[in-house]
Amino acid sequence: MTGAEATAGVEAVFREEHGRLLASLVHRFGDLDLAEEVASEAIEAALTHWPVDGVPSRPGAWLLTTARRRAVDRLRRDRVLATRLAVLQAEAERADPAPPADADPDLPDDRLALFFTCAHPALPAQDRGALTLRFLAGLTTAEVARAFLVPHATMAQRLVRAKRKIRDARIPFRVPGADELPGRLPTVLQAVYSVFTEGYAASSGPELQRTDLADEAIRLARILRRLLPGEREVAGLLGLLLLVHARRAARTGPDGAVVLLDDQDRALWDHEMIDEGRALVLVALTGPTPGPYGVQAAIAALHDEAADVASTDWPQVVALYDVLLGMVPSPVVALNRAAAVAMRDGPDAGLALLDGLADDPRLRGYHLYPATRADLLRRLGRLDEAATAYREALALVGTEPERAHLLRWLASVTED
Amino acid sequence: MKYMLLFMSPASDGEAGNGCTFEDWVRYDREMKDAGIWVSGHPLQDLTTCTTVQVGPDGERTITDGPFAETREVLGGYDIIDVPNLDVALEWAARSPGAIASGSVQVRPVAEIEVEV
Repeated sequence: MTGAEATAGVEAVFREEHGRLLASLVHRFGDLDLAEEVASEAIEAALTHWPVDGVPSRPGAWLLTTARRRAVDRLRRDRVLATRLAVLQAEAERADPAPPADADPDLPDDRLALFFTCAHPALPAQDRGALTLRFLAGLTTAEVARAFLVPHATMAQRLVRAKRKIRDARIPFRVPGADELPGRLPTVLQAVYSVFTEGYAASSGPELQRTDLADEAIRLARILRRLLPGEREVAGLLGLLLLVHARRAARTGPDGAVVLLDDQDRALWDHEMIDEGRALVLVALTGPTPGPYGVQAAIAALHDEAADVASTDWPQVVALYDVLLGMVPSPVVALNRAAAVAMRDGPDAGLALLDGLADDPRLRGYHLYPATRADLLRRLGRLDEAATAYREALALVGTEPERAHLLRWLASVTED
Repeated sequence: MKYMLLFMSPASDGEAGNGCTFEDWVRYDREMKDAGIWVSGHPLQDLTTCTTVQVGPDGERTITDGPFAETREVLGGYDIIDVPNLDVALEWAARSPGAIASGSVQVRPVAEIEVEV
């Protein structure tokens, strides 16, 4: 093996193992900063040794052992830190007197606890996705900053502040008990979903979708699915991400312009991914009271199963939106429902529903409200009103491809 | 780790409070003591009994009746508890009679400042 191959191998292993390694170290030492430091020291050691000695047969175990040794060395040198961690350890045992036995003591998987820490409701909602990307997907701070389109220094500061709260308010590294899980799982799912939506429709900037981020979100959702196989909403989330991401190749034209669902070349959809997503929808919806991700996945599946827009099962789409609206009384869901009603009953019916949402302050500043209205007005032949609504949407829209799309329609309704 | 639970209620509630009874607080108090986590705590008298003191740069004391006019939330009492982590502290906060209806509980870790002796 050449040095370059070994380095590439190390990086691939590292990416896969990073979250696992970090979670094990946090579980063992109870300190995120220490875990981060010794994890990166172990990686550095691997980058030095592996190209010479070859990649070990159990790279994850090698990294963990190396990192643990470094941590113990540091604790021997730093008595203050050691004392603090000893107190932490004692208190952790008081909180959870009987930790579950690990199947493989060399390579325990403590990532689930770390998911719950990163998405803890006591942390700012906007930081939970960032923490999850940093600590579970193994992205660097610079990469996380790029993901959320904020300057590096800003993201570094947000991560430092969040870590300080985890340490000083003692947000625990633990998987909530069965009675707490229904209350705590939604923020974990939301954190992963926020990574996906940021990748899928970057809120601003030249590129409409950044598939690398969507891929990271799917990777995280897959990890969660393995760790919580009995939670149907996790299946629903993974299904939703796959069913939406399956359309990625058709979503932008060759010039980077956005292609709406109506006009997408459905032959470009990833049918393998759709099949996997549909199987997950079944899991998510089988049983009592499905959750919002399962229902959204079911809606996505209806679109993915249809040969074209006209043959989409719109009555079923509307029915699912009714269910979703009952769970998540959000104006954005109501907006999507209105668009589906317009497909089922005609643009007039959709427009009447949209007008009912006109005064909702939560839709103010949301470009898809005037954009959806504009499309319905155009279909009704009310071109002057459509033009006004397109202009309203243009004043709000974030990404360049979406702007271009709206400008094209505006031109079409203002021609002669 | 010690946390202070601050029981807040909107100033507009006045003496009506958030609807919880004296017995609710007695029960909560007992639960904390039985669990061995209670360190200290007190209910506070009504805001009308409050006096504000401020010392200016020249050392002059200003004493005024009540809190600042813009006060929207009133601290009605506090407890300090000693529990392993924030999740446990939040659980106790949620169980308190002060958390329901218009009331809310602020959970603040107590700063442990180590002094060399």
